[in-house]
Amino acid sequence: MTLSVKTRAERFLATLRHCQRLGLTVEKAEENLLVMRLPYSDKIVGNPLTGTVHGGSLTTLMDTACGTAVFSSLPGFELCPTLDLRMDYMTAAEPGQNLLAEARVVRITPNVVFTECQVMQESNGDLIAKCAAAFMRIGPEMTPPEFRACIEQGIPYQGAVL
Amino acid sequence: MSFEQIIQQAQQSGDFKPLVASIPYAQLIGLEFQRFGHDVLFTLPKNPDNIGNPILPAIHGGVIGGFMELSASLHLMMTMDTAALPKMIDFSLDYLRAGRHQDTFAECQVWRQGSRVANVAITAWQTDRTSPIATARAHFLLAR
Repeated sequence: MTLSVKTRAERFLATLRHCQRLGLTVEKAEENLLVMRLPYSDKIVGNPLTGTVHGGSLTTLMDTACGTAVFSSLPGFELCPTLDLRMDYMTAAEPGQNLLAEARVVRITPNVVFTECQVMQESNGDLIAKCAAAFMRIGPEMTPPEFRACIEQGIPYQGAVL
Repeated sequence: MSFEQIIQQAQQSGDFKPLVASIPYAQLIGLEFQRFGHDVLFTLPKNPDNIGNPILPAIHGGVIGGFMELSASLHLMMTMDTAALPKMIDFSLDYLRAGRHQDTFAECQVWRQGSRVANVAITAWQTDRTSPIATARAHFLLAR
């Protein structure tokens, strides 16, 4: 059974507790392109005067979108920690607007994966932020078998006791 | 009380706790701070909802980034007279070590504050200040 890129991406995202808290979802996942959605919510507001969401929730959206694109593009079930992120905030998102992150894997090398991402308002496509992110490759053998089973077979991953 | 009044009162009294309490994102991740004269120490207490790597487990990189961004903007507000939250222009974040499931700290250094833009460096660490988990640099557009 071959696993679709979207299923890989969705199962990966489901293991990330903070992303579940923000309500992130995978809208589209293809070779080298991943679209992730951040629904508007009062709990991520950074400026109560204007109702705009905090840049930190965009940082999480972009880091997760790029990281998920990397995970679902690589052969094997390789987990790659983020090396760095460089983000530009073009304009504040309008209050009440859901956001879409479009992440692309630009290049895969033996040691590093390069990605880029743009965040747009779902309703009108206005560009809100963009980022470039690099990820380190640590090898598929570093992925615990239980985590691999979670992605491959959809078995819920318990993870470490918090 | 309006958010503008909360900001004004924080600047007059020097007590920024009500301001932080009124920012939903700060409450979501659980940001706290302590002031020691001109120094400000920001704290992100251990919080299972901030986990982004279930294997280690480790704090989500985006939360570490959000904590550092928020620390930088609060630091600017505490050290200058501004009637509004500074707007972030860009943010460059280097991850040095995994942020383990434990308390995280941050401190900020304003390298330059011009009339329109401020440049702030942020360092985050856990057990040992000399072994940071992340360093970042942010530019803010200052309200006039």
